[in-house]
Amino acid sequence: MLRAVSESYALEPLFGEGRSEFIQWVPHCQELGMVCVRVGPRRATLRVPYRPELVGDPGRGIVFGGVITTLLDQAGGVATLCSLSELVTIATIDLRIDYLRAAEPGLDLFGMAECYKRTRSVGFVRGKAWDRDPEDPFAHCIATFMLGSTPAPHPLQQLVEERGA
Amino acid sequence: MSPGLLDRIPYARFMGFQVERDAEGPVCVLPFKEAIVGNARLPAVHGGVIGSFLEMTALLALFEQGDGARLPKPINFATDYLRSAGPADTRGRAQIVKLGRRIANVRVLAWQDDPSRPVAAGIGNFLL
Repeated sequence: MLRAVSESYALEPLFGEGRSEFIQWVPHCQELGMVCVRVGPRRATLRVPYRPELVGDPGRGIVFGGVITTLLDQAGGVATLCSLSELVTIATIDLRIDYLRAAEPGLDLFGMAECYKRTRSVGFVRGKAWDRDPEDPFAHCIATFMLGSTPAPHPLQQLVEERGA
Repeated sequence: MSPGLLDRIPYARFMGFQVERDAEGPVCVLPFKEAIVGNARLPAVHGGVIGSFLEMTALLALFEQGDGARLPKPINFATDYLRSAGPADTRGRAQIVKLGRRIANVRVLAWQDDPSRPVAAGIGNFLL
């Protein structure tokens, strides 16, 4: 049974579709052309457009598995940030990917992650990645994130304060 | 290692992965560049890039063991992030724990300045 969640989220002013704020400050996401599809409470969906440069198996035209790792690591990080009532910096503790099938050549990669449990110190995340249909994923992942990895304010803090004001 | 294997993998060229050799065998290199940064404030290499680099290091070690006819396919891969990877080159070495007929199990360690202070450890299973 689902428990009613009555929690406030620090990043709520940024929840919604196509919010580039969540990844535009991450240089490697820019390099991959990653796009933020939608974010909401404890959840994030991102997309990496297909490009020939990302292929890891040239014989089959299939994107390298590590690109999926990057997509799901980023989605997991954003999902964890979207679970916080107070924004802090986070860092990946561990991440495991199951490659269920090959991603179809030529199609964009979608990654969705959900922070299904958060303690004071750790965010627990599960996620999946797909090309055509979210119900037919090509990868699953589980990951954990450390909360408060550095004392510095999170890069998104300033944006939230501007939006909240 | 098959000369030029990394050159034939578009993603390896895109990321600038390289291979060095020492007495114990091949060492993969992830040269630092701005484009691989995940946190620009620290700065730190993106965790996904580190995981990706470990997986490529494992794949190359397996490819060298095989007949070179085809690339092994990853079944799963797990990465433990041990330290923040700063603005420096990262090196990785793979150890093939078990080379079966159909499945191989590979461990990888990655470090920056000091191999005794790894930044990440990975383990994966591959279909041969």
